[in-house]
Amino acid sequence: MTPLLRFLTRRVLHSLVVLFGVLVLVFALVHLVPGDPVRIALGTRYTPEAYEALRTASGLDRPLLQQFLGYVGSAVRGDLGVSFRNGDPVTVTLLERLPATVSLGLVGIVIALLIAIPLGVFSALREGRLSDGIIRVTSQFGVSVPDFWMGILLIGLFSTTLGWLPTSGYRPLFDDPAGWLRHIVLPGLTVGLVAGAIMTRYVRSAVLEVASMGYVRTARSKGLSPGVVTRRHVMRNALVPILTITGIQLATILGGVIVVEVVFAWPGLGRLVFNAVSARDYPLIQGAVLLIAVLFLLINLLVDVLYAVVDPRIRLS
Amino acid sequence: MNQRVSPWKLLLTNPITALSAAVLVVVAVIVVGAGALAPYGINDIDVPNALQGPGLTHWFGTDELGRDVLSRVLVAIQASMRIAVISVTFAAVVGVAIGLLAGYRGGWLDSVLMRVVDVMFAFPVLLLALAIVAILGPGVTTTTLAIGIVFTPIFARVARASTLSVRTEPYVAVSRTMGTGDGYILGHHVLPNISGPLIVQTSLSLAFATLSEAALSFLGLGIQPPQPSLGRMIFDSQGFVTMAWWMAVFPGAAIFVIVLAFNLLGDGLRDVLDPKQRTLIEARRAGRGR
Repeated sequence: MTPLLRFLTRRVLHSLVVLFGVLVLVFALVHLVPGDPVRIALGTRYTPEAYEALRTASGLDRPLLQQFLGYVGSAVRGDLGVSFRNGDPVTVTLLERLPATVSLGLVGIVIALLIAIPLGVFSALREGRLSDGIIRVTSQFGVSVPDFWMGILLIGLFSTTLGWLPTSGYRPLFDDPAGWLRHIVLPGLTVGLVAGAIMTRYVRSAVLEVASMGYVRTARSKGLSPGVVTRRHVMRNALVPILTITGIQLATILGGVIVVEVVFAWPGLGRLVFNAVSARDYPLIQGAVLLIAVLFLLINLLVDVLYAVVDPRIRLS
Repeated sequence: MNQRVSPWKLLLTNPITALSAAVLVVVAVIVVGAGALAPYGINDIDVPNALQGPGLTHWFGTDELGRDVLSRVLVAIQASMRIAVISVTFAAVVGVAIGLLAGYRGGWLDSVLMRVVDVMFAFPVLLLALAIVAILGPGVTTTTLAIGIVFTPIFARVARASTLSVRTEPYVAVSRTMGTGDGYILGHHVLPNISGPLIVQTSLSLAFATLSEAALSFLGLGIQPPQPSLGRMIFDSQGFVTMAWWMAVFPGAAIFVIVLAFNLLGDGLRDVLDPKQRTLIEARRAGRGR
C-alpha cells in the first residue's frame, strides 16, 4: 500500500468512527428530553389518538436498539423521518433550505478571503512593525464583534437609513440573479467580515511560519528580490495551510450562520434549526443537526485529503 | 544568556494587554456592584419618557417602555458574566481532567476519550449549544450547562497535548521511579507545567462564552425576561434601529468591549506564557537591545 493510500484509508476510517458517534448523539437527542417528547411536541394539540399516531409514526414505541438501527438504516438511505409539526419529510425540507445556506456560506468565504489574504500576507511581511500591530488588533475587533449586532447595524445604515439594499429576504440565484445579489450583500458581508478577521490571523501565522524556513533564507541569500521570494517561495507554500483554514472556516460558517439567518430572515438551514428548536420539532432538529455535522465532517475530510495530495510530508508522518 | 523576566511583568509592559486587563477590572466591578451602580430600576417603566436619546438624566437613553438603558446594560453584564464564568469553569475543570487522564494514561483510554472529543468537535459550537437547549428547554441554567459542555472538548485537547509533552520530561520519570502516586504526579508536576496554555485558553473561552450566551439570549433561549440580557436587548431594538440607535448600540458595544478585552488579554497571555512564543519575544528584545 502506498503511503498516500494508507493515509487516506486511516483518515476515512477515522471519519466513519466519528460519524457513528455523531449518529449516536443525534439519535440520543430525542431520548434525552426530560418527559415525553411526543407529548411536548403536541402541546395544546394533544389528544390520545394524535399522541398514539405520532408515537407510532416516529417509531418511538419500539425497543431502543431497534429504534437506533432503524434510524441509522433510514438515515443511510436518506430518510430522516417526518416533521412532528406538519408531517413533511425532513429530508425534503432540509434540501429545500440547503441552497440558501450554501450560497450565503460561499459568498461569506469569498469576502473573507478577499480580506484575509492581502491583510494577512501584508501583516506577516511587516512583522513587528506598527502596521502589523494595527492589523493584528483590528482583526481582533472583527473576531470580537457579535455577528447579529453587526447585521442589525448594517441593516440600520444601508437599508433603513440609506435605502440602498433590502432589509431581509432571499431570491434564488437562478430565478433572479440581480435580486439574489441585492439580498445577499448584507448577510454576506456580516458573515464575511467576521470570518475574514479570523482568517487574517491564520494567514498571517501561516506566512510567518513559511517565511522562517531555511529555503526562504536560501532564496533570499541567492539575491532574489523580496517580491520574487514572496510569490515563488512563501506564498506557494503558505497556500496549503491557508486552504485548510478556508475549508474549516467554510464548514464553521455553514453550521454557524443560525443567528445571521434569523436577523436577515434568510430561509436557510440555520433559521430552520432555530424554528425547529422553538417548535420542539425533534425529527427536524435531529435531521438538521445530522446534515450540518456530516457536511462539517465531509469538508474536513476533503481538506485533509487535498492536504495530503499536495504536501507529501503529511502522508508520510 | 539574558536574565529571565517575570512573565507577569512582561505581560503588563504590553500596553494593549494592560488596557484589556484594566477593562476587565471595570467589568469585575460592574459584576459585583451592578445593583448599586444602576441609576434606575431595570424594570422601571416610564412611558412618557420612552425612546429618549442619551442625555444627562439617562446616559444611554431609554427604550420603548421608557426603561433606563444604562441600568439594564449594567445588570445584563452581571448576568452575562456569571454565565460565562460558571460555564468556562465547568468546561475547564471537566476538560482538563479528561485531557490529563487521556494524555497521561495513553492507550485505549486515550483513544476512547479523544474519539468522544472528535465527535463533539463535529458540531459547530452554537449548533451544539442550541441542540442542548432544545433538549433541556430555555433558561439560565441550561444555557450555562450548554456552553460549559460545548467548551469542554477544547480544554480536553489543550490539556492532553500539553500533558503528552510534559509526560516524557525527566522530572516526571524520576518522580515515578521514586514511587510517587499518579495523582500526586498529575497534581504537582504535570498540571503546574501545562498551566500556561490552559490560562490562555480560559481567557479566549471566556470571550467566546460571552458571545455564545449573547447569541442564545438574542434567540430568546438564554436569559429570560423580565431579567435583562444584552442579546435580547439587541433583539428588541430591531424595530427601532433608525428611531433609537442607542437601544442597539450600547448593549452591543458592551458585548464587543468585553469580548475584545478577553481576546486581547488571551493574546498577551499567549505571548508570555507559551514558552515558544516567550523565548521569541525575549530573543527579540535582547536583539533590539544590542
